Amino acid sequence: MPDALLLLTAVGLPFVGAIAAGLLPTHARNAAAWMAGGVALVGLALLWAAYSTVAAGGVLRHEIDWMPSVGLNFILRMDGFAWLFAGLISGVGALVILYARYYMSAEDPVPRFFAFLLAFMGSMMGVVLSGNLIQIAFFWELTSLFSFLLIGYWHHLAAARDGARMALTITATGGLCLFAGMLVLGHIVGSYNLDVVLASGDRIRAHPLYLPALILILLGALTKSAQFPFHFWLPHAMAAPTPVSAYLHSATLVKVGIFLMARLWPVMAGTEAWFWIVSSAGIATLLLGAYAAIFQHDLKGLLAYSTISHLGLITLLLGLNSRLAMVAAIFHIINHATFKASLFMAAGIIDHETGTRDIRRLSGLNRFMPFTARLALVAAAAMAGVPLLNGFISKEMFFAEALSAEGPLPPLIDILPVAATVASAFSVAYSLRFIHGAFFGPDPVDLPRKPHEPPSWMRFPVEILVLACIIVGLLPAATVGPYLDMAAHAALGTATPEYSLAVWHGFNRPLLMSLLALTAGVVLYLLLQEYLAKGVEGAPLIRRLDSQRLFERALVFLSWRLARTAEGLLGTRRLQPQLRLVVCVAVLAAGWAALLRWPGPGNLIPAGIDPVLALIWAIGAGCALGAAWQAKFHRLAALILLGGTGLVTCITFVWFSAPDLALTQLLVEVVTTVLLLLGLRWLPKRLDLPGTRAAEVLTRTRRLRDLGIAVAAGAGMAALAFAVMTRVPPELLAEHFLERAYTEGGGTNVVNVILVDFRGFDTLGEITVLGAVALTAYALLRRFRPAPDSVDVPEQQRAQSAYDIAQPERRDGDTVADWLLIPSLIARLLFPIICLVAMFLLLRGHDQPGGGFAAGLTASIAMILQYMLGGTQWVEARLRVLPLRWMGIGLLLAAGTGLGAWAFGRPFLTSYFAYADLPVLGKLPMASALIFDVGVFALVVGATMLTLIALARQSLRGHRASAPRPADPPALPPPVSAPTPPPTPTPAQTTMGDD
Amino acid sequence: MELILALGIGVLTGSGVWLLLRPRTFQVIIGLSLLSYAVNLFIFSTGGLRTGAAPVLQQGTAGDLSTYADPVPQALVLTAIVIGFATTALFLVLLLAARGLTGTDHVDGREKDR
Repeated sequence: MPDALLLLTAVGLPFVGAIAAGLLPTHARNAAAWMAGGVALVGLALLWAAYSTVAAGGVLRHEIDWMPSVGLNFILRMDGFAWLFAGLISGVGALVILYARYYMSAEDPVPRFFAFLLAFMGSMMGVVLSGNLIQIAFFWELTSLFSFLLIGYWHHLAAARDGARMALTITATGGLCLFAGMLVLGHIVGSYNLDVVLASGDRIRAHPLYLPALILILLGALTKSAQFPFHFWLPHAMAAPTPVSAYLHSATLVKVGIFLMARLWPVMAGTEAWFWIVSSAGIATLLLGAYAAIFQHDLKGLLAYSTISHLGLITLLLGLNSRLAMVAAIFHIINHATFKASLFMAAGIIDHETGTRDIRRLSGLNRFMPFTARLALVAAAAMAGVPLLNGFISKEMFFAEALSAEGPLPPLIDILPVAATVASAFSVAYSLRFIHGAFFGPDPVDLPRKPHEPPSWMRFPVEILVLACIIVGLLPAATVGPYLDMAAHAALGTATPEYSLAVWHGFNRPLLMSLLALTAGVVLYLLLQEYLAKGVEGAPLIRRLDSQRLFERALVFLSWRLARTAEGLLGTRRLQPQLRLVVCVAVLAAGWAALLRWPGPGNLIPAGIDPVLALIWAIGAGCALGAAWQAKFHRLAALILLGGTGLVTCITFVWFSAPDLALTQLLVEVVTTVLLLLGLRWLPKRLDLPGTRAAEVLTRTRRLRDLGIAVAAGAGMAALAFAVMTRVPPELLAEHFLERAYTEGGGTNVVNVILVDFRGFDTLGEITVLGAVALTAYALLRRFRPAPDSVDVPEQQRAQSAYDIAQPERRDGDTVADWLLIPSLIARLLFPIICLVAMFLLLRGHDQPGGGFAAGLTASIAMILQYMLGGTQWVEARLRVLPLRWMGIGLLLAAGTGLGAWAFGRPFLTSYFAYADLPVLGKLPMASALIFDVGVFALVVGATMLTLIALARQSLRGHRASAPRPADPPALPPPVSAPTPPPTPTPAQTTMGDD
Repeated sequence: MELILALGIGVLTGSGVWLLLRPRTFQVIIGLSLLSYAVNLFIFSTGGLRTGAAPVLQQGTAGDLSTYADPVPQALVLTAIVIGFATTALFLVLLLAARGLTGTDHVDGREKDR
């Protein structure tokens, strides 16, 4: 099998499996389990296939160009060490999957569980098989992410959510540090390729950036491997389903930190800094974890602290800067995975069959589940380091290393053997507690379930793992020997030290320490019986050393207090100061730039002043000033004045050769005015409270300041515009488009050709934005609740109504029904004509002023005119506009035209044109851009109508919300409000949409 | 000519900025509209002011700048006009929703303490 396929399958297949499992129906428990198990077994088969190469000291490699320009490639590599880890991941993974099939309840969404598990497996494979530092960091973060999902699998439980969040916060933060560390390391070496990095140990250790890189990388590794003081997330992660704990917290997730330290050991270890940080973290974790484990009442909690302690042991071994200690560390990685996974599974079986994991409630299970009890007994003995089991051998190696360690810190070296013995005694005590507490003693009382043996297939994975503990313990050299040799060889580089894997090394000091620890552990457990029986939570002495509380406090401080303080200091919830700041910065920046490099007077002599244009602009400027003056209290007047300015802008466009702009501006002007008119109805009435004298002065000062800013901005803009206009404009793209508009785009209206052809992609983006805006407006209006004082029928309608009631010959509503009767009749007659104009503008757009935008707006105006004059209900009884459908069709047409080019092997949105000679009509342009323009047209119609109709409908909704009250005495009408339909409640649709 | 348009742009900008800094949402929406006229005119003017030179070609010919006005700023402004309409619509709806929610049309969402 080629390396490439093998490696890619090993990493990729779990992810594929995860997606497939995720797509299974919620209760397809067996199918998902079979699929996951199959993936794990394929993984094992791949490793078997790779064994011959790896065992011979070879390395499987596959490299894919990723970003070759910066020397980054996607590299997969498998040497002996990675092989061993991949074996643990797949092997323990397969057993855990089998176990999980029986552990998980039928009510749980099991396929999702297996999907997460497989994805996690793939990420783990990615970490161990990556041959590139960045890639390692990437997969590392993926393992954090998927472990988060797995720990939080029962997301209805608060403990699961909190545990998952804590694990993610700690490990992902560590992951970020690791990423930074990898970048520094890559900078030191000059390459991210792991092979190159592993070959440049001397350079790395001598580099001034060695220490930062080391600290950052170790922050990643130590958080992941739950080392003191980051250990506290691991016990909380026990809220995960037990298969997850058995997998993540024995063989995989927590070992990945160890893996990384071991992987980089040849290049980063061997210095005093390494010794200091790694071994002190290790020894602290070893002792604290073992001590705390004794006092746990939850079986899984006990195992969690025991795991922390064993990880500390491995870390300590790695920190000793000795090759032999490294071999012991790798050996203990394997042993710990086997006995700890089996113990987790046993704890899960107890939980599953009795309904509790609390040691205080459990007892005497030996009589109900004898087989499980014996399996757990052997595994716990391996954990305690009882001779003839695998835990004993690696522990002996650890003792030997503790005795012979050398380092820059003599006191630490001196206490090392003592610490090792003490920790070992603790581990004997907690192992005893696990077994004695759960399986021995009187019959249990008051258990949630009647205990019994689990299904035999659920026990099978435990049997396999315990068998491994025994065989390795009896015949270490014959069983695990070659694999350990291979892994150590690969991890260390070339030189593997002499070591001997044997049960019996004669009567030596490590054996003495073992015996001492065993005796001391038993005595300690007996002495603690009374204390433990009291059932007090937490370990004595260190109860106050609560890193979790510190963590929570830090989180509250960072994410709440600090953030609030910063917001209070730097932010404001008030819009006015923000806008003022933005405008001031813009004015100052522009002014500064102008002062720094004033380009001098322009090179173009301004054309003479045309009195007509001057008059027009006098009106325009007056309108603008008037709008600014009146916008506060006379909204309608301001709106009319705004329209005046718009018209002047429009005339300016016509004057200076931009017919398309003028057309579009005019139409937009109409639609915008209608829009704002519709909005006026919901705004409050004039509010003119008399203020105090001081407030008056303050307001006046504020206005003066704002006036200053406004004048500065206006003057600056005028100067800038004048400076720009009195220069010969740069040609840039203009010539390009003018030359090619007809010859390549097939249209004579250059602006339109640019929009629908040359820059069609921009236009596609623009109409998408338009659609999104309309949908947002629609969504906002669906939840619209008008202010209480705007809910009533408008005053003038009330006055009309009162008039109707007062006249004997009229009925209520007659005036409203007759409202603008003649204009509405004219508007009805105009409807087809305006539609025709819209079509005309659309079709001629490519050659003459017009196009999709203008046509769409025109068609909208035709419809909105009916709404305005006929009333919403009258129109909707006759003409059903389906804006969402218009928008959908428009977008599909425009995007489809673009995609159509692919069918002819052209890039996206390449247009095609020809002139068709039709009878009667003559020669007609037939460009594919026309279809695109039709799409633009449809979208503009849809988006405009969606917003306008949604707004117009609000008046219906408002009246329905509260029944019309008796009319107030006629009052002065407010500035006109949008014509609203009669207030009679009718069963009109409440929502607007296609369905 | 240039002077008139430049002054016009200046007045529109000034009025727009003044309204932008006012406390009422309706004032801000009018201000934004005025400001967008000014910006559109400014972008348009960067192509140079030409009369009687609309960029609509003769059938079957290629054009050049000596006969036709620069079409690029025009295309940009056309897009800007339509997007400006969309943002005005969105702002208006937001304004109404905020007024419904907070009961005031002050831009800060609450009346200033008097």
